[in-house]
Amino acid sequence: MTSLRTLFAKPWIWSFLAAAGVWLVTIVFTGGASAAGLSQAALTFAAFSIIVGIGQMFVITLGPGNVDLSIPATMTLAGTVALKIMDSSNGLILMGLLVTLLIGLAIGIINYALIKLLRIPPIIATLSSSFIIQSAAISYNRGLRIKPPSALAEFTTATTLGIPNLAYLALAVSVAAWVALEKGIYGRWVSAVGQNMRAARMAGVPVDGVRAATYLLCAVLAALAGLLLSCFSGGAALNMGAEYLLTSIAVVVIGGTAVAGGFANVPGIWGASLFLFLVVSMLNTYGAAAGIRLLLTGTIIIAVIIAASRRPRT
Amino acid sequence: MTWFTADRLRLLVPALSLAVLLAAVFWVQPRAMSYTGLNLLFNLAVPIALATIAQMLIMTVNDLDLSMGTFVSFVACVTATFLQSNPVVGVLILVGCVGVYVVLGMVIYLRNLPSIVVTLGMSFVWGGLAVLLLPAPGGVAPDWIRAVMVSKPPLVPMAIIASVLIAAVAHWIVIRSAFGVVIRGVGGNERSVTRAGWSVLRARAAAYALAAVFAVLAGMCLVGLTTSADANIALRYTLLSIAGVILGGGEFVGGRVSPIGAVIGALTLTLAASFLSFLKISPDWQIGAQGAILIIVLALRLVLNRREGGAGK
Amino acid sequence: MTFQKDNPVLTVDGASKSFGAVRALNGLSFVLAAGECVGLVGHNGAGKSTLVGIMNGGTRPDTGTIRIEGNEGTGRYSVAVARKHGVRCVFQELSLCPNLTVTENARIAHASIRGFAWRRRAERVVRSKLDEIFPDHGIDCGQSVGMLGIAQRQMVEIAMAFSESDGPARIVILDEPTSSLDASIARQMLAYIRKFVAAGGSVVLISHILNEILTTADRIVVMKDGSVVANGPSSGFTLDSLVGAMGSVVRPRDAAAPPRDRTDTKPILSRRGSDSAPEFRAYAGEIVGLAGLGGHGQTETLVELFRGFGGDWKARTNIRAAFVAGDRHVDGNLPMWSILRNISITLLTDLTRAGIVRERNERAIAQSWRERIGIRTDSLDNPILSLSGGNQQKVLFSRALATRAPIVLMDDPMRGVDIGTKQEVYSLLRAEADQGRTFVWYSTEIDEICQCDRVYVFREGRIVEELAGDDIREDRVLAASFSTEAA
Repeated sequence: MTSLRTLFAKPWIWSFLAAAGVWLVTIVFTGGASAAGLSQAALTFAAFSIIVGIGQMFVITLGPGNVDLSIPATMTLAGTVALKIMDSSNGLILMGLLVTLLIGLAIGIINYALIKLLRIPPIIATLSSSFIIQSAAISYNRGLRIKPPSALAEFTTATTLGIPNLAYLALAVSVAAWVALEKGIYGRWVSAVGQNMRAARMAGVPVDGVRAATYLLCAVLAALAGLLLSCFSGGAALNMGAEYLLTSIAVVVIGGTAVAGGFANVPGIWGASLFLFLVVSMLNTYGAAAGIRLLLTGTIIIAVIIAASRRPRT
Repeated sequence: MTWFTADRLRLLVPALSLAVLLAAVFWVQPRAMSYTGLNLLFNLAVPIALATIAQMLIMTVNDLDLSMGTFVSFVACVTATFLQSNPVVGVLILVGCVGVYVVLGMVIYLRNLPSIVVTLGMSFVWGGLAVLLLPAPGGVAPDWIRAVMVSKPPLVPMAIIASVLIAAVAHWIVIRSAFGVVIRGVGGNERSVTRAGWSVLRARAAAYALAAVFAVLAGMCLVGLTTSADANIALRYTLLSIAGVILGGGEFVGGRVSPIGAVIGALTLTLAASFLSFLKISPDWQIGAQGAILIIVLALRLVLNRREGGAGK
Repeated sequence: MTFQKDNPVLTVDGASKSFGAVRALNGLSFVLAAGECVGLVGHNGAGKSTLVGIMNGGTRPDTGTIRIEGNEGTGRYSVAVARKHGVRCVFQELSLCPNLTVTENARIAHASIRGFAWRRRAERVVRSKLDEIFPDHGIDCGQSVGMLGIAQRQMVEIAMAFSESDGPARIVILDEPTSSLDASIARQMLAYIRKFVAAGGSVVLISHILNEILTTADRIVVMKDGSVVANGPSSGFTLDSLVGAMGSVVRPRDAAAPPRDRTDTKPILSRRGSDSAPEFRAYAGEIVGLAGLGGHGQTETLVELFRGFGGDWKARTNIRAAFVAGDRHVDGNLPMWSILRNISITLLTDLTRAGIVRERNERAIAQSWRERIGIRTDSLDNPILSLSGGNQQKVLFSRALATRAPIVLMDDPMRGVDIGTKQEVYSLLRAEADQGRTFVWYSTEIDEICQCDRVYVFREGRIVEELAGDDIREDRVLAASFSTEAA
């Protein structure tokens, strides 16, 4: 009984319950025929939102106003450049991964440099840089559609023991993020900065270092997701990151991470990512229009954030 | 001494950049220096200027509206469908939109929510409604809007007249009127406004309502120019409007805004796009150039602000 | 001793007010008559700001009544009632909107100025008052307040307080109005106060420059520990008697270690003073006090000293200095965390192997400090905000003391802490200092300053006096905190 109560006190439980509910409804509606297929698809597509969502989660945890809007552009640039460098050849995969990593690092450095040096809110800093990154991606690889190396294409679309490989990858990233957040000094520092930056500074937290590292981490994860997505879908597209701008923030908010910073939650990202995908596929099964899907997503985000606001103004 | 106020200083950079850019455009493309040329250059700036003023009003009370683009798109869809076929319903929907903004402004304040996330959620809502209304591009602009937007007044092109009018009206409301002072006061020092006995809630609701009105006008003008609408017609307005306010000397917090500057900022952004295409800069780099312009302006601002801080001693 | 004019406009009767464990006002009575200027003096914690808060309606007393002429028996006293009856305040903090012009700020302050040509009327209201109080002020009313210098802003605030809005200003409370004005402008303001009072207005003047009080006020009220200890016409006071009245009976100093000869040792911490100000130095094993009235540069000095050790980019592995916050909510507490995590945050680098916090060690250290400093809680896992203020402060002490930092900087950390806790912490500090730790201790309380080995007194942002050994006495600190030079 007590364990059940502690379970329900976890902020991430709700997103999982919602995801499970939607899953059940969809299965019942389709007569149970597609249970395995639906679960696999959900895990595959959720993997991308989980990877970018975790990066965004750390950034949002840094406190009010912190958000990375350059995620879509970073995904696109990393996907296009890495595919071109690998040139469909399995021998160059390592090279491609290295380039992806470097792109992520470079973008992270640029983002934090803008925030720190120009003293502008992160939202505008990452927005301006995303314009330039997007242009770089367009000019680097316009219209060309290079196939990913066969090994990578195979890896991203295959399953192991019935579970998509991408889901394993997302799990690995999540476990690492969870350890850093819950057990590591980095998670303590991020949380301290997000609760009260001034207090964190006076308590000896290296505030600038922590913030810079977080923007770097977010950009690297976005670059990785971009590479995976372009391999999964058989080539990079210039708008392939677009939907992840809002999704990355939505999964963080729905997953129970505090929007005002200071408190992060890794498992919730999974629940929220699965939930968002399942809602879409449920509505598709019902034959609902794309408009309803967007409307519902928006309403859910707003409802969650209003419900989660604990500090009404007095 | 009297002339050299903070507000005027703030206008200096955007005005100069517009002038320099305009001169450069004329130099590269002398044919632009004509009635038709100017109209073509600035035509699309009118809805952007309106959306920029709307964003500026939200920024005046230290918030940010990330749903501006989808909202203008939605309004465009309503204008091209209901307002054209069934004006009464159309008007009711648009009035309802203003009401939604009022509620947003109050909820954000009362529950102390981050405006970024709330308006992000709203961008899904407006986007969804727009797609429901117009799943595929279509609709028809009401004739009267079309007539206004393509009208050819003597001597000065419509686009210029409209921009001046927008700047003048917004300047009067936000800067000159006794009511605008209170809204800017909320952005500058909420506590002192409260202490003087004003309702911050009402001031913020009013700012949001005004913003919605300007955004609705932006959507209507846009349809007047394009004759038809689609659900994604104005998505880039979110970023353009923020950039326009910043270019025009506005700041993210502190209630420091300039309506005239915001309109100039919108004109500059529109002109910059034309200029880059005249220069035969690859269209690939056009968005990138916008980003670069934003960064350069913010860097310039930093230098100027240091001055201002120094002048305070 | 009572001294009172016939026609009281504002009467505070038997007001008491407590903030947590601290009694800020202790059954205080205060009467303000029409046509008088009352000078209000007292050291930190005497209760001046609480009294001001009660008079302007912002603070409600726990017991006692407040009456204002013209509002007899019409319900509760509030900010709105006070404003309606012409009570105006000038605080030390900026209460104008920096993004608005002077004229526009007048519009915010006076809701009745609206409609056609409001701008002209608003400007007339504030400009005429500025011209009247500060001839040749040179302030452009179309300039935004953020562009004005600090003195000009203060002048605008003062003019705004005296200006006529819905009704005339009748009672004006000035809290350190001259702190950022130069002498000649301050004189103009004081002259205006006399004029205002002569015309029947009432003024409450708070200032650390005692000469201003003596020359401007008709009557002086001296406060200490939440009560009025002296009240009489200004002519009955001298600089010395005022300083004397603010202090208490001189107590023998608790015999601390005798002052040591430091001439041949190197200070562990030092900072050059500006101009003629003495240099700040601190030696190993010393408790150095920073005294003076609140807000005269002590906190800034501590923060500067702390930031001097760097560490914004890379974690320090060998921490040199730890900081104990005074304003818990602004720069101390991490409000979403447990007591345990709040204690360990500064210590964390020592507890980490390969990026992972060793939680067992963390808990052991926190547990030992909980016992040593006596944090009253049944579990370290309780949220920090579940503790009382005093216990939260103990957590912040543990945070700093648990490190190996040889220097501990303390920013008036005992504010709002009960006396029992204070005694416990004092002895702990002394024991730590005896083992070689250095404490730099900004305190607004004389008792705490008297615990120190050496004391620097601050006034107007700089050190004005260094006291050591037997010279650390209340009268010496008071004399240095208040400017007693003849104007």
